[in-house]
Amino acid sequence: MLNFKDYNPLEGKQLQIMDEKGNLNESLRPAELTDELLIDIYKKMTLLREMDKKAASLQRQGRMGVFASSYGQEASVIASSMAMGKEDWIVPAYRQQGAIIAKNLPISNFFLYYKGNEVASRLPRESHLFPVAIPVGSQPLHAAGLGMAARLKGDQTCAIAYFGEGATSEGETLEAFNFAGVYKANTIFFCENNQWAISTPRLRQTAAKTIAQKGVAFGFDGIQVDGNDPFAVFAATLAARKRAAEGEGPTLIESFTYRLGDHTSADSAKKYRDPAEVEPWHDKEPLLRTRLYLTQKGLWDDQKEEDLANEVYNQVGIAVAEAEKTPNQTIDDIFDYTFAELTPTLQEQKSYLKQFYPET
Amino acid sequence: MALLTMVQALNQALDQEMAANPNVVIMGEDVGHDGGVFRVTDGLIQKYGEKRVLDTPLAEAGIVGTALGMSVYGLRPVVEIQFFGFTYPAFQEIVSHVARLRTRTRGVYTCPMVIRTPYGIGIKALEHHSESTEAYFTHTPGIKVVVPSSPYDAKGLLISAMRSEDPVLFLEPSRLYRSIKQEVPETVYEIPLGKAKILKQGTDLTIVAWGSMLRMVMQTLSKDQNLSAEVIDLRTLSPLDWDTIFTSVEKTRRLLIVAEAPRLGGLASDISATVSEKFHGKLKAPVERVTGFDITPPLPLGEHLYMVDEKRILKAIKKLTHSS
Repeated sequence: MLNFKDYNPLEGKQLQIMDEKGNLNESLRPAELTDELLIDIYKKMTLLREMDKKAASLQRQGRMGVFASSYGQEASVIASSMAMGKEDWIVPAYRQQGAIIAKNLPISNFFLYYKGNEVASRLPRESHLFPVAIPVGSQPLHAAGLGMAARLKGDQTCAIAYFGEGATSEGETLEAFNFAGVYKANTIFFCENNQWAISTPRLRQTAAKTIAQKGVAFGFDGIQVDGNDPFAVFAATLAARKRAAEGEGPTLIESFTYRLGDHTSADSAKKYRDPAEVEPWHDKEPLLRTRLYLTQKGLWDDQKEEDLANEVYNQVGIAVAEAEKTPNQTIDDIFDYTFAELTPTLQEQKSYLKQFYPET
Repeated sequence: MALLTMVQALNQALDQEMAANPNVVIMGEDVGHDGGVFRVTDGLIQKYGEKRVLDTPLAEAGIVGTALGMSVYGLRPVVEIQFFGFTYPAFQEIVSHVARLRTRTRGVYTCPMVIRTPYGIGIKALEHHSESTEAYFTHTPGIKVVVPSSPYDAKGLLISAMRSEDPVLFLEPSRLYRSIKQEVPETVYEIPLGKAKILKQGTDLTIVAWGSMLRMVMQTLSKDQNLSAEVIDLRTLSPLDWDTIFTSVEKTRRLLIVAEAPRLGGLASDISATVSEKFHGKLKAPVERVTGFDITPPLPLGEHLYMVDEKRILKAIKKLTHSS
């Protein structure tokens, strides 16, 4: 099992298991990450990319709202959430639609949420996937609290919080680190450092050399991993999860990656980002690298790639159709979950509104 | 029956509910070994241990945000924020998450929790320790706001809050913590949330108030035995018990609202507007409000100027009852 002490972020270390050409350092590969599982991760990353591609197109057509793509960062969310247990809680920010895939939940919920229907967040309770968190840095506390509760109850269940490097400037994120550290919470903090918070580069976010070293300040290990290497992401998350489940407290994982696309479908990175900076990252992106590895091992070929492309295309098509045929919110929907029971005032407001929308 | 202060009554409620429900967890700054700065949680850490009474780091957003996660996991956190003015760092967690988790997940995930905090002016405290900004939270859908006005009510309302499936902001008037004693039954009892109480029956006018203002109202009324005022203690500010207010105003046709909070955008304004709309043409006099001012609460040497007193209440009563 990976020893975090070997990757002290204060010494500028970074965990990489597969290099940019798809060559593997077998000695670091976790036994749990079989080729079979890697192929599954590759398929899920491919599906995620297709989802984002489709969503961008729908957004341009006015069929979906603003959303944040995972383009280039697919290994972060997929490989990490695949290292978590089935009962574990996932607390995403707004760029982790991959968690829906990892949890084997209907991907139509992603399209439905960004079309603008809260019913998309009505997932089965046992899915243990939190709804999207839009206010930056506000949700790591929820994962800290889930992990604290698990620890207090003596359970092995863990929680993983996702957030970007921009969120580490928010006080609440740091409070989450602090609480989780003090209570040895069963929590993993997973920072997708994609180098850009909308137009603000990583260097303007903090004077710290790495995000990972912030864990050290709160009394627990932080590790920087090559975020485009699914082996490294998986290995670090698996080790962090094991420690958390055994009561050894939280870990901060900095997944060093790159946002190949815009922040959301509402901006254009060309305005603030030098294309020359982006270019080399295209050669490092996780799908390409994983495919190189699988091909070198004789586990993948053009036919398989074509079949997969068709499969995810169809899957996404079906999901979009599913989302588009879901009825919009009713008046009952938007009122009835404010409190456990509808209050007389809300009942009155609802009846009033229904006069104007008798069909809703 | 024992005569208890509000602090003692609240402590008893916490103690009894912790004994009854192993998922109830108390968390906040200095709530453990110190028993809270007002001693509301005194003795509980000795009885229930450090896994049920958490002395937390000094970070209000952290306390509320982790309480949300704990609540979703199945615990019942009772959070103490040391003073109401220190809920502001937790504002985002309360407003953006705690209050709306149920509706965002359409009822799948909920975070029942109680956020207790001393509130209001009148104890000659430091700056930021005298806030009456309940309107920030009554303006927020999805969180109940409760204010007790007596030791008896404090116990029953807190037990209901701890058993509520909704998050509750529980505002404890710090002026009343130790200034009054009342007979409080040892038995466990609930006072329903969302229901006002008629503290005194009357026919000449209706007076609506909450928290420490009730005492001021009752003191003022004790000076004039000829006036038959009906006094309503709201007990819960959100959701508001409009029926009790309407039924009373239907009878008296005069309404006075007494509130400690700033005037603009406060709950008193809402009650005034709603009653004025509903009873247009039927009122014997325009609705009166006696409230705090739209200024920063002054430091102790000036706080009496800000606080609602008998003189201001009496003047408003006269204005209401002299018109016909």
